[in-house]
Amino acid sequence: MAQASGGLLKIVVVGHVDHGKSTLIGRLLYDTGSLPPGKMEEIKAMSERRGMALEWSFLLDAMQAERDQNVTIDTTQIWFRTATRDIVIIDAPGHREFLKNMVSGAAAADGALLVVDAREGVREQTRRHGYLLHLLGIRQLAVVINKMDLVGHSRERFAEVENEITRYLGEIGVTPAYVIPISARDGDNVATAASSMPWYQGPTIVAALERFQALTVPVEGPLRLPIQDVYRFDARRIFAGRIESGILRVGDKLLFSPSGRSARVKTIEAWHAPMPVEVRAGQSVGFTLDEQIFVERGEIASHEDRPPMLTTVFRSNLFWLGAEPMEPGKVYKLKLGTREAPVIVQAIERIVDTDTLERRKGERVERNAVAEVVLRARDGKPLALDEYRSIARTGRFVLIDGYDTVAGGVISMEGYPDQRQALTVRSSNLFAVEHRVPRDVREKRNGHRGAVLWLTGLSGAGKSTLAMGLEQVLFQRGFHVYVLDGDNVRAGLNTNLSFSPTDRAENIRRVGEAAALFADAGFICITAFISPYQADRDRARAAAGTSFHEIYVQASLSTCETRDPKGLYKRARAGEIADFTGIDAPYEAPTAPEMVVDTNTLDIAPCLEQLADYVERNLAGAGSPMPPAARVRDKESTAPKR
Amino acid sequence: MQRLDELEAQSVYILREAYNRIDPLAMLWSMGKDSNVIVWLAKKAFFGRVPFPCVHVDTGKKFKEMYDFRTRYAREWGLNLVVGDCPPIEAIDPSLPPAARSAARKTDGLKALIEKHGYQGIIAGIRRDEQAMRAKERVFSPRGLTGHWDVKDQPPEFWDQYKTDFPPGMHIRIHPLLHWTELDIWHYIRREEIPIVPLYFARNGKRYRSLGDQDITSPIDSNAATIDDIIEELASTRTSERAGRAMDHEHEDAFERLRAAGYM
Ligand SMILES: Nc1nc2c(ncn2[C@@H]2O[C@H](COP(=O)(O)OP(=O)(O)OP(=O)(O)O)[C@@H](O)[C@H]2O)c(=O)[nH]1
Ligand SMILES: [Mg+2]
Repeated sequence: MAQASGGLLKIVVVGHVDHGKSTLIGRLLYDTGSLPPGKMEEIKAMSERRGMALEWSFLLDAMQAERDQNVTIDTTQIWFRTATRDIVIIDAPGHREFLKNMVSGAAAADGALLVVDAREGVREQTRRHGYLLHLLGIRQLAVVINKMDLVGHSRERFAEVENEITRYLGEIGVTPAYVIPISARDGDNVATAASSMPWYQGPTIVAALERFQALTVPVEGPLRLPIQDVYRFDARRIFAGRIESGILRVGDKLLFSPSGRSARVKTIEAWHAPMPVEVRAGQSVGFTLDEQIFVERGEIASHEDRPPMLTTVFRSNLFWLGAEPMEPGKVYKLKLGTREAPVIVQAIERIVDTDTLERRKGERVERNAVAEVVLRARDGKPLALDEYRSIARTGRFVLIDGYDTVAGGVISMEGYPDQRQALTVRSSNLFAVEHRVPRDVREKRNGHRGAVLWLTGLSGAGKSTLAMGLEQVLFQRGFHVYVLDGDNVRAGLNTNLSFSPTDRAENIRRVGEAAALFADAGFICITAFISPYQADRDRARAAAGTSFHEIYVQASLSTCETRDPKGLYKRARAGEIADFTGIDAPYEAPTAPEMVVDTNTLDIAPCLEQLADYVERNLAGAGSPMPPAARVRDKESTAPKR
Repeated sequence: MQRLDELEAQSVYILREAYNRIDPLAMLWSMGKDSNVIVWLAKKAFFGRVPFPCVHVDTGKKFKEMYDFRTRYAREWGLNLVVGDCPPIEAIDPSLPPAARSAARKTDGLKALIEKHGYQGIIAGIRRDEQAMRAKERVFSPRGLTGHWDVKDQPPEFWDQYKTDFPPGMHIRIHPLLHWTELDIWHYIRREEIPIVPLYFARNGKRYRSLGDQDITSPIDSNAATIDDIIEELASTRTSERAGRAMDHEHEDAFERLRAAGYM
């Protein structure tokens, strides 16, 4: 009657097709006396009916199609008990066709047995499964070298295969706890030590299983509680969800992300149990707040001092299960915790060959492949998330295409800043004092509209040269114009900022806000910053509204590297400068700029001409100054579309 | 976390996902121990309420004790009870073996109910440890227009992200107890003091381990008269729970065919 206290231990059995996974489990059940009476007779009869010797795998392969073809199609789970503990064994299919089922089984496991056929050695799915276990975050692993009876129980052959598989696993940073030679068919080293392999001194399968640990949910980490639903069955307004990390207590001040709203926990609710004052990771809970604030499904509740990151773009390592390949520009539905949001594939950075561990460039991710991909929120709304390595459960996601789950992935923010500060700074409690000089009056007197001309492009693309040239031309034509660039901004306004991704984002945020004020004052403000992230530029656009003009100064990386006016590329290549845009930090080219100037093919003079022309057309019209009425019409007819 | 708490938290999460994502939703209530546990878990998930109808697909062949239980607890638990009939046995494919044919009445009765009310989701109390085909199930398991289960091509399901997107005409079976064992159910019933039909307790050396229709379910030899006795008995037995269900044993693939056709 003893029931194991503590967590359930779940072990998945994976490996290449036909290497003996189901046979091993069948044998394990038999040798531990876990089979119901009559079951062996049933299996014998099934095997005979198909003219086979006893097939242990039939104990697991319940489908007719599986027995008839002697292949596992879908994953299954079975309970069994060793002398000391209850274990759930998950059988996974080895055929590459059924990888989605392998993942469905393996993702729930605390540990894994990776089965390798001693005669065949390490094969394609052996490696792929090993890699996926790693990606799925399964850290406890034993390798099982099966069918030792077919290689004469040879110690040398065992050592060869052991070498091959541990070398591969070593390269992805996985060390198996044990490597066990067995014969599943004969039961050697399954539950009892085999006399056929006296040279092996390690544990049997059963002994190894007993040493695995059940994973615990992270109580120590920061609080993460994705809101699942809000109930109003009676006077109470109950927020429901499961705690994925940390501890929640009555009286805690909660911050909801991404909305940024906050309130205190008034009660933790319960039915048929006393109301708790504290609840922990792993529990499904409900609570009420001391204030009526609007919070909906998909937000993540945390404490204020350790919130999740906010971002509109992130990097991921994902496995692709979709029948249609993944391609840049395609849109999928992201599910992260309880949040759903459309995301667009911004870039496929690398395809990982799980056979050779080679990372190569690629245009598309095919079914069953693994890739590093940059995803961006399609609607521009920020996502609340964590890096997988810090909080796994809010650092992983799935993608849906149509009705189907097509990918699972884990998040890394390498090279991308947390946008939280930038996103929340505008929501502080300021109230505006009305100017007595309205903007249109200023513009009337100036004879042109205030605007931000935001030049973006790689280092060396020509932004500063063009900005200074344009400033001069426009000034001579009577425009009120001023350039913000790295030199005049970093010298004062932003002197406290470094070049880390977060400080770079802050640098751009301040420039965006300052430029918007210039525009409001009636100036044409030209900015010249690399500003590599679309999210940062979008925020600058939000600050300036319709006065914002994104201008892409286009030049290829190789062109810029050849120019290298300040020798920066050379130093970045030499590793002297880290996080250099285009080298080891991303540049996200504008997707819908108001204007593109191509300095690859054009000299500075014609580029300047194009820019000045653009200003004349959109900000002043031909032959300024113009009569106010005409200018208004011009504003409507030629203002850039966005 | 204790094992029962872990199981409970997972089931509550599943029920809340179903309630949020799928509408209209209903649960199958057979008055058996498993479906009573689901009612209980729903009350935990929704703070004393069961916010969806509880459907009993009535074969008309249940035990009297079960009908009495239905009347009493539908009221005490405040359930929105929906009773659906099953077609007469004559209307069912005569080529099926007798017990499977009898069980198929329930499948057809359920289909009719789903059609009538347009349910998009049906919560059912099946568990992986009951039967090898059920062991292959998903928590959110899509069914075709005819209730058909495509066992050879099930959707991937991992990281508690369930199939909540599906084309019109399909519906989803939701299985909040899939990860529980029979022994877990009894431990939980004992801890929570959940009412159950008295047929589970031994009388004159016999008790029911699983409650189906009267004519195709047989009691087992047992002297277990209390929940403690039952837990002790189960911990030492290896006989499967559904051994007393005739329809599972008529053919090697009898149960697979029943399930593929839409049986629970
Ligand atoms: N000689 C020998 N044959 C074995 C042993 N283990 C398994 N086999 C045979 O290998 C074949 C494949 O075994 P399965 O258990 O079905 O393999 P699997 O890994 O579950 O295959 P999939 O689930 O389809 O990937 C069967 O014919 C087994 O009888 C062993 O230890 N020795
Ligand atoms: Mg198999």
